[in-house]
Amino acid sequence: MFDFYFEIPLVIRLFLQGLAVIMVIFPIAGACSMAERKVAAWIQDRPGPNRAVVPWVAWIPFLGTFLQRLGIFHVMADGGKMLFKEDSLPGHVNKFYFVLAPIVAMIPALTTVVVVPFGAYLDAAGKIIPVGLAPLDVGILAVFAVSSLGVYSMILAGWASNSKYPFLGSVRASAQLISYELSMALSVLPVFLWVNAPGMEATMGFGRVVEFQSQPGFLGGMWFGFLMPLSAFIFFVALFAETNRQPFDTVESESDLVGSFHTEYGAFKWGLFFVAEYSHMIVGSGVFMLLFGGGWNPLPWVPLADLVGWLAQITPLASHPLFVGVLSISIFLGKVLAMIFLFMWVRWTLPRFRYDQVMKIGWQRLLPLSIANLLFYAIAIAFIQK
Amino acid sequence: MASILFLLFSTLTVLCAVGVVVNKNAVNAAGCLLLCLVGVAGLFVQLDAYLLAFILLLVYAGAVVALFLFIIMLLDVQGRQSFGFSGITTFAGLMAFALLLTGLGTIAVKGHLDAPRLNRLAAEGANLKPYAQQLFTTYLLPVQIIGFLLLIAMLGVIVLSKKHATEEPAK
Repeated sequence: MFDFYFEIPLVIRLFLQGLAVIMVIFPIAGACSMAERKVAAWIQDRPGPNRAVVPWVAWIPFLGTFLQRLGIFHVMADGGKMLFKEDSLPGHVNKFYFVLAPIVAMIPALTTVVVVPFGAYLDAAGKIIPVGLAPLDVGILAVFAVSSLGVYSMILAGWASNSKYPFLGSVRASAQLISYELSMALSVLPVFLWVNAPGMEATMGFGRVVEFQSQPGFLGGMWFGFLMPLSAFIFFVALFAETNRQPFDTVESESDLVGSFHTEYGAFKWGLFFVAEYSHMIVGSGVFMLLFGGGWNPLPWVPLADLVGWLAQITPLASHPLFVGVLSISIFLGKVLAMIFLFMWVRWTLPRFRYDQVMKIGWQRLLPLSIANLLFYAIAIAFIQK
Repeated sequence: MASILFLLFSTLTVLCAVGVVVNKNAVNAAGCLLLCLVGVAGLFVQLDAYLLAFILLLVYAGAVVALFLFIIMLLDVQGRQSFGFSGITTFAGLMAFALLLTGLGTIAVKGHLDAPRLNRLAAEGANLKPYAQQLFTTYLLPVQIIGFLLLIAMLGVIVLSKKHATEEPAK
């Protein structure tokens, strides 16, 4: 049925696949900004954005009002505003780096998606094959490496803006991101120690991690979030710091730094920073879900293959690879969105840490904790897998 | 395809490496260094040495150059002071250049790469296990010594920076 697709040259095919993924991530990142405002409104018990509407949609009797109340047209209104607003370039900035910074923000945010598998399908033998752009053996390292380049956008933006608050923000950004990268990398090591059991081929990819979370039995079906709660917690906290989300958003804390590194930015350049932040969140949530949340498995102790088996009893169509692919991608996306909701929930629950507290948590609490965690699991895994 | 990518990345690497040295503005130089590292990582990927490529990005491009930029901004080095070459610097530079030329010349004249070794390179570079095996067996002593050196450097930095923090608490 899809043979014609495989006759296209490989380069064009890969290009199309990459484009398809970007075309999903970009609108989700945009929609997240809307969801953020809606969730904020919901938590603060107010209606939130509910005015913008396209006239001919408003004429639809029931649905029109519903969509308007939902606020989805505000996304388009915001996007339109950002595109058509005057793109100001302040006189006192270093123009080259000022323009470069938002672009640099987007590149790592969208590049990390390449190595993150986002779904799976069953091949003819009933084996789960992950779906992703480039299933590399060094998956997690690639994510860390490329996402660590994101700090340059903030550094460059803050420096090129040539004013006080953006500069302070960029200095904070570089210190904070480097501090939390350490605990983040150390916290995932137990997972990879566990999945690289003796006698197996070594890998740092995500496929194996999810495979280990979808085995039969009590320990096999257990998601790593339950098996290694401390690792998951450290990764979760470090993820907040790495994505500059509250309570770790000292980098762009509005109350003491105006807007920090993007104070001088406006229109679409500012929008790019925004989309990059949400793309980071999406990829980060995806990685969290792959490592600790079971990936594309619907529930703990219920792997995808079982669900497909049950559905296949109802209709044989369910075991079609296309259906399984769509199902697994929907499950995974659902989990990622739930995680992003958690990000927003935390934002309106915890107050922002002071900068010295951020440093203290990073170096004096999280780092020793993650080292102790690694040691504990290294010894435990050595005993269990002997 | 591969040769085009190789030309692309090697040109990027060499041009940026020249840029690091020539640039008067320290921020530009750091930017060039960053791009140079990305180019080298690209070359590693072409050799199927994904691990090396991503560790290079993670450690050097992601952390070290970020710290360089951090320091450059903190000290506000804008390249106002032009570097005049003193006698000793010129001498050291010339010596290094001569060494480099000798090394390159030796490789060009005498060196040759074993074809079977080159074939094995891909298999060894793509997987983590050979790296770990080598690090924990053949190269255990050098790894330990380098680790020790880094520890000493770290302790030295802590001791040096503590001196200034006697009257005011750090951070």
